Amino acid sequence: MLAFTLRRAIQAMGVMIAVGIIAFSMFRFAGDPVNQMVAIDTSAAERAAIRQSLGLNDPVPVQFVHYFANAAQFKFGVSYQFRQPVADLLKERMPATLELAICATIFAMVFGILMGVYSALRRDTLLAKIFQAVSLIGISLPTFLIGILLIYLFAVTLGWLPSFGRGEVVRLGWWTTGLLTVSGLKALIMPSITLGLFQMTLIMRLVRAEMLEVLRTDYIRFARARGLTTRAIHFGHALKNTLVPVITVAGLQFGSVIAFAIITETVFQWPGMGLLFVQAVQNVDIPIMAAYLLMVSLIFVTINLVVDILYTVVDPRLRSTISRPG
Amino acid sequence: MSDAVVPHQAEPSAPRGRAGRGWLRRALESDVFYSFRRSRLTMVAAAITILFFLLAIFASVLAVQNPFDPAQLQLMNSRIAPLWTADGQSPFLLGTDEQGRDVLSAILYGLRISLVVGVLGVLFSGALGIMLGLIAGYVGGAVDGLIMRIADVQLTFPAILIALLVNGVVKSVFGNRLDAMNMLAVLVVAIGLSFWVQYARTVRGSVLVEKSKDYVAAAQLIGLPAPVIMLRHVLPNTMGPILVIATINLALAIITEATLSFLGSGMPDTMPSLGTLIGIGNNYLFSGEWWIVAFPGMALAALILSINLLGDWLRDALNPKLR
Repeated sequence: MLAFTLRRAIQAMGVMIAVGIIAFSMFRFAGDPVNQMVAIDTSAAERAAIRQSLGLNDPVPVQFVHYFANAAQFKFGVSYQFRQPVADLLKERMPATLELAICATIFAMVFGILMGVYSALRRDTLLAKIFQAVSLIGISLPTFLIGILLIYLFAVTLGWLPSFGRGEVVRLGWWTTGLLTVSGLKALIMPSITLGLFQMTLIMRLVRAEMLEVLRTDYIRFARARGLTTRAIHFGHALKNTLVPVITVAGLQFGSVIAFAIITETVFQWPGMGLLFVQAVQNVDIPIMAAYLLMVSLIFVTINLVVDILYTVVDPRLRSTISRPG
Repeated sequence: MSDAVVPHQAEPSAPRGRAGRGWLRRALESDVFYSFRRSRLTMVAAAITILFFLLAIFASVLAVQNPFDPAQLQLMNSRIAPLWTADGQSPFLLGTDEQGRDVLSAILYGLRISLVVGVLGVLFSGALGIMLGLIAGYVGGAVDGLIMRIADVQLTFPAILIALLVNGVVKSVFGNRLDAMNMLAVLVVAIGLSFWVQYARTVRGSVLVEKSKDYVAAAQLIGLPAPVIMLRHVLPNTMGPILVIATINLALAIITEATLSFLGSGMPDTMPSLGTLIGIGNNYLFSGEWWIVAFPGMALAALILSINLLGDWLRDALNPKLR
């Protein structure tokens, strides 16, 4: 167990170093950092001084170690477009993205489990077939189209919900939250649904398949023989056993939820890290791109590591390999 | 497909003489075609997909204007509603956008871009993945380890993130020297680099199975060079699953291209794909010009849905376990 944990941890470190090399090469070789930072009329001598002070004259491996050491302390350099430290920008934007990702995951789990259980127990009803159709659409439609559709329905036509931004936010230390105001909560609804729809589909299909499988097992038959009520069998025994893989998948998917927030945040102009990243790609703001890559990789690798270790503790039956489009 | 239904079995192993009317007859008598004929949904999906490809191929004949040619666009014609509404004007069947671009023409030409990027992206990622998978499986050892570790790492990241990064890096290296055609190439490369892993893993798995078979040993004995054995003998035996992945990846590639273009990192406004059109139309959602975004959106949704349905069917039809 310890050996396994150690091996996985070393693998995770290897991945982070590989991603670090990619981030560093982007930072160092894609465009000249000095040119991006100075004005046109800066003299050659000043440029050379900046070059020296940034350590760009050091050997490349030394630079890489510096970059990595700084990144480990969350020093990612200065953004070209905002002229602010990238770490501050990310810190300012992170609460918005995390709140959105968590709400989307909760939405996906609640509705995914409900719909999955229903379509497993009442397989031939019309509603179950509608759920199946919805799940096909949820997998097929690009995220941004779903967002636009929701905006058109609920913001443009009905005028119930705001179409962009976070609404009013409350400051708690450095964290900002939209969960404590009415406008903040209203602003969360559509982005959460848009972001969570794919995960909901995934969880629904998973719960349905697992439930159908579990309901065929002997201990369920035995529970029936004991004369337990259908409700107790379905929810006390069957559902409980389908939840382990569901929570695993939801956990593994949390990383992709954060990455896919890029699209949702753009559609709803949600002031999170994803929107920052998209603007950075458009404006070729390499420090932000590199830092975002490192942050997201760290989240991915940590989640994967934790889940992998939990596998050996709980149940190694399931591993999601479903990939996801835009 | 239940066991109870026994199709009139076409013999894949039938002697050449009987199936001698050529490949068409063999195809029509095959199990795959039989299962195609039995699924109405699949036939509809295939018809829609073929229709989209035809529309894209004949876009220049069908469209009333060339939306990529600024000289043909007139600002006087901007923001006209679809033909069947009170404000509609001929010949703009689905209305026009703010530049006076006919929405239907823009969709037809945009469809062309989306399909070209999608197909080229699939071909590129397929070629890359198949090559790396063949090498990893056939050579084995440290090469195999290296390729598969890269694949593992890449698989943890969503394709769209990789595509965005590739895009950003290319832009920063080439600056503003990229025109629309270059952008198209960048998109193909970005998609290719994001989707190769699945092919590589599948091919590697099949190669490991095939490698120990007698025909490979025979080929090695008569002294064929490794590349010939890999490409001419091993590869054809791994084509089934590759075809399924390619179909599903075509839908994914089109979605990825559309998403990148929608996010503003793909095709430019001057040569829009479906994603760009949806991005443009999204700005006019609030001023009541719903048709600028609605029709490209519907076209994209219908295209992806039909390709996905085809992919699902193909996966089931080529999987003998499900028969």
